[in-house]
Amino acid sequence: MNDTIDRSDSTVLDRLVVRFAGDSGDGMQLTGDRFTSVSASFGNDLSTLPDFPAEIRAPAGTVNGVSSFQVHISDHDITTPGDEPNVLVAMNPAALKADLHRLETGGTLIINEDAFDERNLEKAGYDANPLDDGSLAGYRLIKVPMTSITKEACEPLGVKPRDAERSKNFFALGLVSFMYTRPIEPTLEWINQKFGKNEQVAGANTAAFKAGFHFGETTEQVGHRYEVRPADLPNGEYTSITGNTALAWGLVAAGQLAKLPITLGSYPITPASDILHELSKHKHFGIRTVQAEDEIAAVGMALGAAFAGHLGITTTSGPGVALKSETISLAVAIELPLLVIDIQRGGPSTGLPTKTEAADLNLAMFGRHGEAPLPIVASYSPAQCFHAAIEAARIALKYRTPVILLSDGYLANGSEPWLIPDVDSLPDISVSFQTEFNGTDDEGNPIYLPYLRDDDTLARPWAIPGTPGLMHRVGGLEKADKTGNVNYTPQNHQLMGDLRQAKIERIAADYDPTEVRGDADADICLLTWGSTYAAVHAAWQRQRRDGHQLAWIHLEHLNPLPNDLGDLLRRFPKILVPELNKGQLCNIVRGKYLVDAKSVSKMSGLPFRTKEIEDAIEEARS
Amino acid sequence: MSETAVPLTTKKDWSSDQEVRWCPGCGDYGILQAVQQLMPDLGIRNENTVFISGIGCSSRFPYYMNTYGMHSIHGRAPAIATGLAVARPDLDVWVITGDGDGLSIGGNHLIHALRRNVNLKILLFNNRIYGLTKGQYSPTSEVGKVTKSTPFGSIDPPFNPLSVALGAEASFVARTHDLDRKHMMETFKAAHDHRGASFVEIYQNCNVFNDGQFNDITKRTVRDEMMIDLVHGEPIVFGADQQRGVTMGRDGFLRIVEVADVGIDNIVRHDTSSPYPSLAFALARLNQDDHSPTPFGIFRDIERPEYTAAVGAQLAQASESKGPGDLTALLRSNGTWTVN
Ligand SMILES: Cc1ncc(C[n+]2csc(CCOP(=O)(O)OP(=O)(O)O)c2C)c(N)n1
Ligand code: SF4
Ligand SMILES: [Mg+2]
Repeated sequence: MNDTIDRSDSTVLDRLVVRFAGDSGDGMQLTGDRFTSVSASFGNDLSTLPDFPAEIRAPAGTVNGVSSFQVHISDHDITTPGDEPNVLVAMNPAALKADLHRLETGGTLIINEDAFDERNLEKAGYDANPLDDGSLAGYRLIKVPMTSITKEACEPLGVKPRDAERSKNFFALGLVSFMYTRPIEPTLEWINQKFGKNEQVAGANTAAFKAGFHFGETTEQVGHRYEVRPADLPNGEYTSITGNTALAWGLVAAGQLAKLPITLGSYPITPASDILHELSKHKHFGIRTVQAEDEIAAVGMALGAAFAGHLGITTTSGPGVALKSETISLAVAIELPLLVIDIQRGGPSTGLPTKTEAADLNLAMFGRHGEAPLPIVASYSPAQCFHAAIEAARIALKYRTPVILLSDGYLANGSEPWLIPDVDSLPDISVSFQTEFNGTDDEGNPIYLPYLRDDDTLARPWAIPGTPGLMHRVGGLEKADKTGNVNYTPQNHQLMGDLRQAKIERIAADYDPTEVRGDADADICLLTWGSTYAAVHAAWQRQRRDGHQLAWIHLEHLNPLPNDLGDLLRRFPKILVPELNKGQLCNIVRGKYLVDAKSVSKMSGLPFRTKEIEDAIEEARS
Repeated sequence: MSETAVPLTTKKDWSSDQEVRWCPGCGDYGILQAVQQLMPDLGIRNENTVFISGIGCSSRFPYYMNTYGMHSIHGRAPAIATGLAVARPDLDVWVITGDGDGLSIGGNHLIHALRRNVNLKILLFNNRIYGLTKGQYSPTSEVGKVTKSTPFGSIDPPFNPLSVALGAEASFVARTHDLDRKHMMETFKAAHDHRGASFVEIYQNCNVFNDGQFNDITKRTVRDEMMIDLVHGEPIVFGADQQRGVTMGRDGFLRIVEVADVGIDNIVRHDTSSPYPSLAFALARLNQDDHSPTPFGIFRDIERPEYTAAVGAQLAQASESKGPGDLTALLRSNGTWTVN
């Protein structure tokens, strides 16, 4: 077996969706990840959707314990993990039960038949064995005794059968690699690197992988081979990146571009914890991370660090944002830069912690006491989280304001190939601290006015402790314009409230003109934010390919909304707003622009399918 | 930031131009005076000093200091100060809190700041009442206290702030009171000189909602019998003629005795530096019964790794082993491929 794969007998596909499903302990995430990496380095465009249970160890063999990884690879530009898998790998009856309904009619079903014993069938809730009762007749069924072949393959290495069994996911990977002509070398190398320290494990995984590949080669059962050619991606250096890694790296970059050290205060919560983990590794970038006692402390630490002159960041999910609310309002009042990152998940309460939803827009927009406006940025693809983080930091620093960056579980764990940007092309977002007096008192003595605003941005100066002469006190009590002394007068409160609002509104002046994609004179305009970008992009492309007129506006800034948005929306008789919530942006634009926008809502914990968006468009058209 | 010698200052240099707005007669005034008067003796600069407070009457404090300051939100000052200190270990950071602020809504942050041993000087103004919200009972109010929210008397057993601090592994724990400026200054200075988190409970009179709460202890006429002045390394004695003292029985309990009855050698010697917190803990609870005298001074002052230094050490070590952060390299650290 070598890496020059013989593709002479294979059929070319333009795209392929594979779903690996098994028990939580079966290593499906790892398997999917490997398949993705190999396809990425082979040059396919791709998009992934990991789907795993909230329980760390859900009862083995049950439907609740099923962990899946769906990957879509193609020879052209794609954004979604695919509506319906073409191939489903089911490692046990529970996986079959949980995921069969997703498989396309006539799709390929690869089954570990060893796992279909009476006990497992019962745990999965099957009365009869679906492998025998004809219920799978509509699919191309490939039954493979994966467990036993893996055990056999590992036997010469002296691996105990129980341990060998754990390598069966590599058998599956080997088999799928053969069927879809994936390169082999990178996986073998990776196994060595990852498990090299433990020779037995590395050996077993290698043996299992090769056994899977050979099984494909030698048995008639798998039949024809397929390939998906590399996509025509722009030239350059690529890496495969998840949203959370991209976001973490964007934060590291923001610190560098701002020339500021970073202090992160964070409390672990799915699906945001990876960002804490990632940033904790990069101390040599001057990044301090504190795992706080709770979310309130976490944001407090970030704000304390901001007062001290750092880029203060806190990362969390919806329940954490709720706890941070009071401190975010304090940050609005004391007008200091602060980054609050919300990786949204299904709510309310603990809800669906490992599933995606985008229902925190209202929380971000309105979830504070008093009038406490703040900017909101939303990322829309895994890799784009990198740039969204830099943009959020830019706004926070320039306007001295807390900013909420919304991402979600789908972006966080999903991955895609990323053309690595040239670091020199990234924006300079540095700001300067106040070091001099900026006013005079009644007697003409020079003094520091902490609330003397910049004419353009309305931002107040940022004088940090350690600066001689500029000692001042900030705080939650209403402050007088300019002097920052405590002031409760009616005129001053009105003025300060107006100024805080005006400052946020000015941020829109920085935006590029809003892009209307597609047909500017179409009847229907799609309006989106966040990760619905993926499905809407695919649906919009298909509809237009099919000859329909369609416009699409995607928002990266949700507050303030772009100044030109109202006029653009009013041009369209029909506006559709697909969201993974009950119509939050839809309500905002209806209220703000008095347009008859219609919500396309989904709240199942899963991203939109392309088809669902197309159906909504077709319904609106008819 | 500046590297020249610290200029000489006076109390006035540490006072801001803001009008102080506590009720006339409030114990907070005395505490403010003590702090402002102490600052020139600490060898620090105004610009390198930060006061962070929560919410409550006591938490107005930062507005009156000519330093950097933040009057934050209820209970969260220790967390905010932790972030500040982690970011800037060069600063002198003080936390001002109340019994409600620090032990009720902010109890979690207080114990964690103490546990981490962040280099903060935490002054808890204990008036055993919610002053700012006009007189509800607090987590340090005694059982039976009648307040607006407890018209039939409070049924919540109170916290002993020093026990809480010791239980949270505080490395410096002290108690002082608002009537003795000299004692406050000495205690605050020791808190300042301690490296790590220092916790000082200050008995503070709220003459509007809880007047005379500490009279049975701190009134001049009873002081000799009801206050014990703790001195490191000395036998723990009190009374007009130092005739009474504290012994520890085999059961570990402290008892008040006549020195003459047991001999001075059998009186417990105070040791703030003991690695075991048991003596400090026992002393902190000596007055649990209201009739026994209350110890003042430093209960515990030990060395323990300080948090911001440990953060800095990890950063320095990472820079040493990996070199300065290189963004170009980071973006390629998960493996790459080239399309051309
Ligand atoms: C989130 C929040 N809850 C409640 C309050 C109201 N509040 C302000 S101060 C205070 C209690 C203050 O008591 P303490 O900390 O003992 O301070 P003191 O006024 O006695 O100095 C309360 C309940 C608030 N400001 N914020
Ligand atoms: S209410 Fe009590 S604590 Fe508050 S200022 Fe008045 S006297 Fe002082
Ligand atoms: Mg109080």
